[in-house]
Amino acid sequence: MVNVDLLKEMCELPAVSGYEKEMQDILKDHFQPLTDDCRRDELGNFIARKKGKEGGVSIMIAAHMDEIGLMVKKIDDDGFLRISAVGGIDPRTLPGQRVCVHGRDKLKGVIGAMPPHLLDKKSRNKAHRLKDLYVDTGYDRDEIEKMVSVGDIISIRRDLQELENEYVTGKALDDRAGVLLMYECAKELADYNHEAKVFFVATSQEEVGVKGGITSAYNLDPQIGIAIDVTHGMMPGVDKNKAVEMEKGPVISFGPHVHPDLFELMKKTADDRSIPHQIQPTPSPYGTDAAGIQVARSGVATALLSIPQRYMHTSVEMLSLNNIKEGAILLASVINKADDGFVEGLTCF
Amino acid sequence: MLLKKLSEASGVASRENEVREIIRDDISDHVEDIYTDVMGNLIACRSTEKSGPVTMLTAHMDEVGLMITNIRKDGLLDFMKVGGIDKRILVSKVVNVGSDGIKGVIGSKAIHLQKKSERKKPIDIDNLYIDIGATSRSEAKKVVNAGDTAVFESGFEKLDNDMVLGKAFDDRTGCALLTEAAKIEPRVPTYYVFTVQEEVGLRGARQAAYSIDPDISIVVEGTTAADVPDNEEHRYSTSVGEGPALTIRDRSLISSRPLLQLLIETAERGNIPYQFRRTTAGGNDAGVIHLTREGIPSAVISVPCRYIHSPVAMMDLNDYNSSADLLKKFISETIEEGKLNK
Repeated sequence: MVNVDLLKEMCELPAVSGYEKEMQDILKDHFQPLTDDCRRDELGNFIARKKGKEGGVSIMIAAHMDEIGLMVKKIDDDGFLRISAVGGIDPRTLPGQRVCVHGRDKLKGVIGAMPPHLLDKKSRNKAHRLKDLYVDTGYDRDEIEKMVSVGDIISIRRDLQELENEYVTGKALDDRAGVLLMYECAKELADYNHEAKVFFVATSQEEVGVKGGITSAYNLDPQIGIAIDVTHGMMPGVDKNKAVEMEKGPVISFGPHVHPDLFELMKKTADDRSIPHQIQPTPSPYGTDAAGIQVARSGVATALLSIPQRYMHTSVEMLSLNNIKEGAILLASVINKADDGFVEGLTCF
Repeated sequence: MLLKKLSEASGVASRENEVREIIRDDISDHVEDIYTDVMGNLIACRSTEKSGPVTMLTAHMDEVGLMITNIRKDGLLDFMKVGGIDKRILVSKVVNVGSDGIKGVIGSKAIHLQKKSERKKPIDIDNLYIDIGATSRSEAKKVVNAGDTAVFESGFEKLDNDMVLGKAFDDRTGCALLTEAAKIEPRVPTYYVFTVQEEVGLRGARQAAYSIDPDISIVVEGTTAADVPDNEEHRYSTSVGEGPALTIRDRSLISSRPLLQLLIETAERGNIPYQFRRTTAGGNDAGVIHLTREGIPSAVISVPCRYIHSPVAMMDLNDYNSSADLLKKFISETIEEGKLNK
């Protein structure tokens, strides 16, 4: 099975976009033994390089390590912290969440709102907006102003928990699950005699516009780029066209952000190795690191491998570990197959 | 701290077993007698041979929660509320289902998939469900049954100051305070009653009051504090950090003035901070106790808690400790024959 302990440790770390520093050590500890060198680049991306053979192609694998979060917008008269969003947050999921305020020290708090019994019926039937919510640390203004400033980051606190059936739930599974898939792939590759040179990149600032993907792809200049992310899993109330099955394997995406040959290679590899998988047509090229990598320098052949996930961007994101495992095997097999001949064909339309 | 254990225990109305056992274990050695009645109320007593007004202290064991009403074909669990929970607090929470504490989540559609109009409305409870990771009804049925109750998963936690966070402070706070009171020698015959089913309409306390037939009664509660942003000060029901709140009047009770006065005197003599509850909304077991038999003079001591009935209430430990002082002083020093005649 996949390394759930590592996933738990990663998910419970705070790493809001632009503030992913705490991820570096744990990534280094785990990728170092499996790769040839590890480093952190200017923007904060973590890059682990695994050598291939002389003349092998260059492949970049990317999964983002940042998570959505909040920021202190104002400290009000009584010491409550007003908040703004970092990344796409549904304010309706925030009341009652425990948080950590990253001020001078780390402060624990909770997200509060006006008690319902003080609201009239009409207001009770309105969704909470971000401006209705605040962080309560229990400190008054004089005390908290010594510890917290406007602009400080706030992360959601939530332990990773195992559910029935190899499912797990927690925060930041988007996209630490993708980072774990990369790690499992690196483990898998130890048994392969692959030609390709592989860069495993845990990217920063994906949730605020795939920024780490853009700069690391420029820097590494790969011939092939494969982004690993989560995608919407089917649940009640969601259109079948917009979600995939939770139980039918990792997802090979197809759309403007995917090179047709790379898509075919992934699909064929999955078929040949009897790895369960699903195809997800995606009309929009945006929304994952694949979008950033694809347009780097003179262009990169990209693909997107996704893990089905329910309740994305909440603190109870949920997914099946099986899909991470199958995805890692598929990814390693694809890396093993990508050779010079394949890369030559990529420019032949 | 027993409050941690009590707060983390699961006990929706009529399923208070776990809470009852914790309390029984904690106080059995300190009391004269301890027993349960047909409702499930846990009743302990001390100093029953002494003279003076028979005093009944109560706190309720149950908490607001959920009940599984149906297991869907796809393995998801439908639920309804047991007691008053704001539906807007349910989303994005982990719950423990049934007596085995099977983990599940109440999720919601990702923000990417929502229409703009959807974002403005709270999600109706009919459109929420608990997801335990089961992929079919038969799989879910191996670990969950319709009728099982569920509570929020919420660990007790101290913040960086004297505040604590946790679920079910209403009214495990009262339960914890009563267990402390049960460990000191009272001056008068005293009953410590841990009631059931308060949150579904004060269903348990009446029977205990009837059978004990006390001369006076004090309910110990975790009550709502509304000293939060966007609220006007005159609407603060109570404020965190200002000591136990005494009730003059709420929706279902006008406190016995002599008893209230005695509580005030106790606080003032002991230099214990106190405040009055400043809204008349809400009610508790005192509402039915004071109308039992020919009437029982009743009062309420409440500990202010922000975000009550949510998975994460917040309380000031100083308020908790002051409430314990007040309650203990009252039963061991203040109350005596003649001060309050039936």
